[in-house]
Amino acid sequence: MYGKKVKLRIIFISSVFITLILSVYIILKLLDDNIVYFKSPTEIKKLSDIDKKKIRVGGMVKKDSINFEKESISFIITDFKNDLAVTFSGSVPNLFQEEKGVVAEGFLKDQNFFVADKILAKHDENYMPPEVSKSLGN
Amino acid sequence: MLFKLIEKNKNIITSPTFKKIIIILFIICLTLGLFEALILSPSDYLQSDAVRIMYVHVPAAWISLSIFSIIAILSLGILIFKNKNFVIIAKSLAPSGFIFNLIALVTGSIWGKPTWGTWWAWDPRITSMLVLFLFYSLYLLSWRIFDKQKAINISSCLALIGVINVPIIKYSVNWWATLHQPSSIKILSGSAIHSSMLTPLFLMTASFALFSVLIFLMKYNTELIKLKNKGLNRL
Repeated sequence: MYGKKVKLRIIFISSVFITLILSVYIILKLLDDNIVYFKSPTEIKKLSDIDKKKIRVGGMVKKDSINFEKESISFIITDFKNDLAVTFSGSVPNLFQEEKGVVAEGFLKDQNFFVADKILAKHDENYMPPEVSKSLGN
Repeated sequence: MLFKLIEKNKNIITSPTFKKIIIILFIICLTLGLFEALILSPSDYLQSDAVRIMYVHVPAAWISLSIFSIIAILSLGILIFKNKNFVIIAKSLAPSGFIFNLIALVTGSIWGKPTWGTWWAWDPRITSMLVLFLFYSLYLLSWRIFDKQKAINISSCLALIGVINVPIIKYSVNWWATLHQPSSIKILSGSAIHSSMLTPLFLMTASFALFSVLIFLMKYNTELIKLKNKGLNRL
């Protein structure tokens, strides 16, 4: 149907393309740990040694866990398997709420205690008007 | 298929009437869309009025991704079959895709500040979108920098390399832990966006798509005129 040259081009371009996809796949696989924006409390528990590097931890803010103290806020990040206590001094974003997603950036003191210097609120994929949210019982 | 259709109906597509119809449709969709997005649609239960940024952000991202995919498919045709018409179509599609990519990045940043608490995060979704932006820039630059045949080859290669990034953007939110929320609209399981917010979203998508078609037509006509003036039958 097609000429010999066209066939050769199809084979060549597809092999280049497949090679590229494979190499991108391998690179992404190798970098997996560094691509994630945050780690979950369970992953923190699995860490064998705590290094001094800055990390991000994410999950849900546990219900009734937010404590406003004089100059700091403390709360618990949970992934419903493991918990991690966090303290932070500074202002939190508007969407920071109990039972909503959160990402904390800072330093790990030990496997159960995290000192954050930045708090980001994570929004989920649900969008709805307030009335609908109320009728769902939130 | 679609491209054969474009080739056959070249005269209709380049005619001023067709352009006028697109302009009228675009204005209707945009007015209805903006009216729905800014006035009729409700505010969100969590983020209140910041949700209205989504009606620009999401359609812009959709359009820029689709345009890049189309350019990549055309580029495959250019490299394999040396189709000359594909060259002009791909070249004319790029500017609107580039602009919508930029709009998606900027509006995302404006939305991120009040909701997440940061303008920018090196999160997989945002970073891969930035990579797409770089590919768009390189694609557009390659047409300016290189001579005719060289530009055709280099830009097509760039599009083919860059298209690997498209599925990465799409699935980044599922593969890795990201700050960016996962997709709200899935083909199989319906939408996590309330139906009252879907109307403005789809109207804005339609108007952005029509806008891209409009810019494409203008650019396509200019390219054809350029070719005619040079008196070249070949590219």
